[in-house]
Amino acid sequence: MSLDQHVTAPTDPAGPAPAGGSVRMWDFLRGRTGHSRITVNAVRVLLVVFWLGSWELACRTIMDPFYYSRPSQIWHKLVIWFTDGTSHGSIWSNIAVTLEEAVYGFVLGVVLGVVLGVILGRAPFLSEVLAPFIKGANAIPRIVLASLFVIWFGLGMSSKVATALVLVFFAVFFNAFQGAREVDKNLVDNARILGAGRWALMRTIILPSATSWILASMHVAFGFALIGAIVGEFTGADRGMGLLINQAQGNFDAPGVYAGMLVITVVALLAEWLITQLEKRLTAWRPQTTTTPATGI
Amino acid sequence: MSSQTNPQGSAGGAGPAISLRDATKTFATKGGTPFTAIRNVTMDVRRGEFVTVVGPTGCGKSTTLSLVSGLEPATVGSVTVDGKPVNGIPDGVGYMFQADAVLPWKTVLGNVALGLRYRKVPGKEADARAREWIQRVGLAGFEDRYPHQLSGGMRKRVAMAQTLITEPSVLLMDEPFGALDVQTRELMQDELLRLWSGSGAAVVFVTHDLTEAIALADRVVVMTAGPATVKDIVEIDLPRPRKVEEIRLTPEFTDLYRRVWDSLREEVEITRARGASSVA
Repeated sequence: MSLDQHVTAPTDPAGPAPAGGSVRMWDFLRGRTGHSRITVNAVRVLLVVFWLGSWELACRTIMDPFYYSRPSQIWHKLVIWFTDGTSHGSIWSNIAVTLEEAVYGFVLGVVLGVVLGVILGRAPFLSEVLAPFIKGANAIPRIVLASLFVIWFGLGMSSKVATALVLVFFAVFFNAFQGAREVDKNLVDNARILGAGRWALMRTIILPSATSWILASMHVAFGFALIGAIVGEFTGADRGMGLLINQAQGNFDAPGVYAGMLVITVVALLAEWLITQLEKRLTAWRPQTTTTPATGI
Repeated sequence: MSSQTNPQGSAGGAGPAISLRDATKTFATKGGTPFTAIRNVTMDVRRGEFVTVVGPTGCGKSTTLSLVSGLEPATVGSVTVDGKPVNGIPDGVGYMFQADAVLPWKTVLGNVALGLRYRKVPGKEADARAREWIQRVGLAGFEDRYPHQLSGGMRKRVAMAQTLITEPSVLLMDEPFGALDVQTRELMQDELLRLWSGSGAAVVFVTHDLTEAIALADRVVVMTAGPATVKDIVEIDLPRPRKVEEIRLTPEFTDLYRRVWDSLREEVEITRARGASSVA
């Protein structure tokens, strides 16, 4: 039984020790290079200006803007979307549809992943029996299921929710499983001696212990939920950001594709911020660390 | 009941609080050859009696505690607590672990109240009793702190309150003060004696430290090198109440120390010789 190689290690230094490589990655993203904030931010702005400027310039001179578009065209497209609306109603209603699908898929996927992960994490026999099936299911290119879900559930919301759900489920499941297995045996024994029943043990010891693992996976999982919703809309939908991008692609409207990407990116960053806030709330008992939040991503 | 045992304890029912008869515990190992941690351990602990268990490193002292606590079943032999055979965790057992077992995500108050909450005591009453115990272990004012904000000694006080609030009639302690510095350890030993006196609890206290073993105990049980069995039992007839740092300077204490050490030395030498041969 080895379901443990699929986990996203918790990023908090007080959590269970994550693999060495990802620690260094996070240090890098958190900007621990010792330079002042202002310098770092100034260089970041310069980079963006240079990147957009050279793109704009290249597409006004040597490259064909029909294929590659230009920052100014993308901006123009965004302005139109937000003022006049899109070909499928206002941009806000499209964002709302995609977000709704992603959130439903995310919540259901997290709940299922946590429940099954924690149960299997505490039931060695069951997890050994199911290990090959779970690994097999994880190896399926699940994004393809979106097509199947459209056939099963139609063009409405449920097919997108289902796609987001399967993507989220596995990310959360493996972490919850690992978290539930890594619970300090002393804490469990202590609680049992103090009179904890099965359910109290789960609620007061196992779930709080696994929380740092579960929260670590939720950062990745919301990204998966958005991908699931958008790919679902790509496959067949009557509303949503995925549909807008798909139509832009059909019309060779490169600025439309970029603009759709940009809108989704902002949504994803906002969601990431919300999850970080939730993480802080749920892990308030932890020692304060000197690390700054992940401002770099 | 000998004269130096806790007077309140003698009020309890007949029969010993803890009784082991030829208890043997064998663990399966990955290599296939079973490992015997303890073998034919026979001992009784009277109600209200403080028994310390000493033995060479890794001889299986802790295993004895897990048999009594019901965390591990005995492979052979019988274990009874309050006359009832141990099958699952018996009522009225408290266990203080060697490692920190307080919950890092609960405050001091939450940690101390935990046992009462598990026993379905209403929240208000549980909190009030927890506050009382926090006071009793000298942590008043720290109710809302998290364990990581406390020192090692303070965390031990939390663990002590957490265990004692359930008013165990059998208290098992597995080197609870092993990780503390010498001064803190002696302070905690005095605290333990103060809290235990009048509780009527039977205590089994496992330790490496002979001074600790003699200073606390009514009887010291010396275990053999692993697989452990009872080698010797030394009665400690020092008067109570005791002050640990004073009592260990008396000639009676030194005599007892020599007596226990004479018994233990052979076993320590056997363990050392085994360690040396496995290294070589």
